Amino acid sequence: MKITISDLVKTYPGQARRATDDVSLEIADGEFLVLVGPSGCGKTTLLRMVAGLETPDSGTIHIGDRDVTGVAARHRGISMVFQSYAIFPHMKVRDNIGFGLAMRKVDPAEIRRRVDQAAELLQLTEVLDRHPAQLSGGQRQRVAVARAVVVDSGVLLMDEPLSNLDALLRLQFRAELKKIVREIGTTTLYVTHDQAEAMSLGDRVAVMRDGRIAQLGPPLEVYDAPSDQFVGGFLGSPPMNFVPGPALGHASDVLIGVRAEKVAVGTERADDARPATVEVVEPTGASMLLTVLIDGHRLKVSAPPTFTATPEQQIWLRFDPTSLRFYDPETGLALLR
Amino acid sequence: MRRHRFGLQLACVAITLFFGVPLYLIALAAFSSRESLDRFPLPLLPTDLSAETITTFLGSTGVVGGYLNSLMVGLSTVVLALVIGVPAGYALARHAFRGRDPYQLFLLLTRALPIVVLSVPLARIFLQTGLYDTTYAVTLLHTALALPTTVLITSAVFVGVPREHEEAAQVFGASPARAFARVVLPQALPGIAAVAMFTFVLSWNEVLGATILTLNQRTLPAHVLTTLSDSPLAYRFAGGLALILPAIVFVAVMRRYLLNMWGTTLR
Ligand SMILES: Nc1ncnc2c1ncn2[C@@H]1O[C@H](COP(=O)(O)OP(=O)(O)O)[C@@H](O)[C@H]1O
Ligand SMILES: [Mg+2]
Repeated sequence: MKITISDLVKTYPGQARRATDDVSLEIADGEFLVLVGPSGCGKTTLLRMVAGLETPDSGTIHIGDRDVTGVAARHRGISMVFQSYAIFPHMKVRDNIGFGLAMRKVDPAEIRRRVDQAAELLQLTEVLDRHPAQLSGGQRQRVAVARAVVVDSGVLLMDEPLSNLDALLRLQFRAELKKIVREIGTTTLYVTHDQAEAMSLGDRVAVMRDGRIAQLGPPLEVYDAPSDQFVGGFLGSPPMNFVPGPALGHASDVLIGVRAEKVAVGTERADDARPATVEVVEPTGASMLLTVLIDGHRLKVSAPPTFTATPEQQIWLRFDPTSLRFYDPETGLALLR
Repeated sequence: MRRHRFGLQLACVAITLFFGVPLYLIALAAFSSRESLDRFPLPLLPTDLSAETITTFLGSTGVVGGYLNSLMVGLSTVVLALVIGVPAGYALARHAFRGRDPYQLFLLLTRALPIVVLSVPLARIFLQTGLYDTTYAVTLLHTALALPTTVLITSAVFVGVPREHEEAAQVFGASPARAFARVVLPQALPGIAAVAMFTFVLSWNEVLGATILTLNQRTLPAHVLTTLSDSPLAYRFAGGLALILPAIVFVAVMRRYLLNMWGTTLR
């Protein structure tokens, strides 16, 4: 089911700032779109308006071709995974997963069949007859996802579903979630503040800032060519480097953005390379992360893991012109070249 | 760790004794013959049991009627207080409306008035409306007395049920009423059971108002208070036991709802 969001404005009562500020967004049928941005930028508010749990001040929401702006949540044909899971403690796992189907008056035998199927998909078969209190955090998370996918709705909404898991589990379940969502093929709107999660999951990523969408595009495109300084600084680990033009031999009225891994690092002097002083050396295992000073400006660059360097050492950096991005130093917006 | 447990158990035993010993002594006295009560030293073991005292007490006029009246008033008060108080508590918990805080304060204020001050004008009104000397009159008074706590405690209980649970229920197709019944209420049940207990005991023990508002349709405490002060000692114990027992039974029945029923077993 396609989702069309047009000019959504929402200000919470007693709040001066708009939580979402004229947001428009189209999510194609079957697409996995990730809303990412720092905490408080309005992601949850936007998602809750799509869910029907929050009323916009102005603007419209269409699901498919139906205008659902004034429609109650239960009539929107959506399902949702909440950040706190919101699974019901007084119901067994089986009844939790089957809740949506029971509300839709599906035949009990059919409910049983589909719950079993969903439980299998999420490896919950063993715990179907337990209460949530007897589950681990990871299992509760799975119950919340199972409850959402079992109803087979046209739209799946998820609000930071992985944020309460520990790092290892999060990484595991991330891949699993991607696989499950691909299999069921539901249109998905996914909220996270974790840029790595956004990059890894989304068909497209919408980076939000202060209630607006700063950039929308496929993950690699957004990563490679951030539309402004904020997006470049938010996506990627380490974030994009920004240095004034003159430091890299460019005009003084530009700010240059370059990704750490796009810089070639060498110890030998070369004509097309610029000298830099090593400040910090951090081996990450997969690479050697160097913090260097070039012309007084701090830069993070990544070298191959075999690269050896010591602080204070001089190294040479080569910048591929095609990997440089140019920004207006005043507004932080990308400049067309 | 072991020391800690031992201390805890010791405290439990002490508290149990503190409440249990008087109960035992009253029960013992109620089931002793009148002569054995005057014996010295008083036997502390049930060696000389007799149902004489208690049967005479139960047979005396007004006791059985008072019992029934008390039960009637207690249960009606619980039902009425919950029917009014639970929705009010829910509204307080979930909706931010103008004047919510003053309203909560005002609720408590009604409890600051002495019962006598409330009862005398009420008696006047009930006399005019023909409600005087009925269990309804006492039920209404007790409901009014219980409501502040009913409302405030249930609102605290509902605050404890995450709003997201309700939203999840609605997203998955439940109407607001259905979400309340299927998801919120079951989670609030232990708290509501506690409120019910509290209300019943409050009603069962309330004497002053019940005495002022009735003449013949006395509740048991009102009856006992007015008639037993000039009865022999043995009857007072019998009356005491009769007063305590139903409250204990009610608490014992409601207790199962008090404990968290899901995932923990009842011991
Ligand atoms: N119920 C609320 N009442 C008032 N302000 C709120 C409420 N929920 C969110 N906000 C405010 O709206 C803004 C956006 O919040 P939210 O959508 O939760 O951000 P995010 O999910 O991106 O962290 C924040 O400034 C937040 O403080
Ligand atoms: Mg949020």
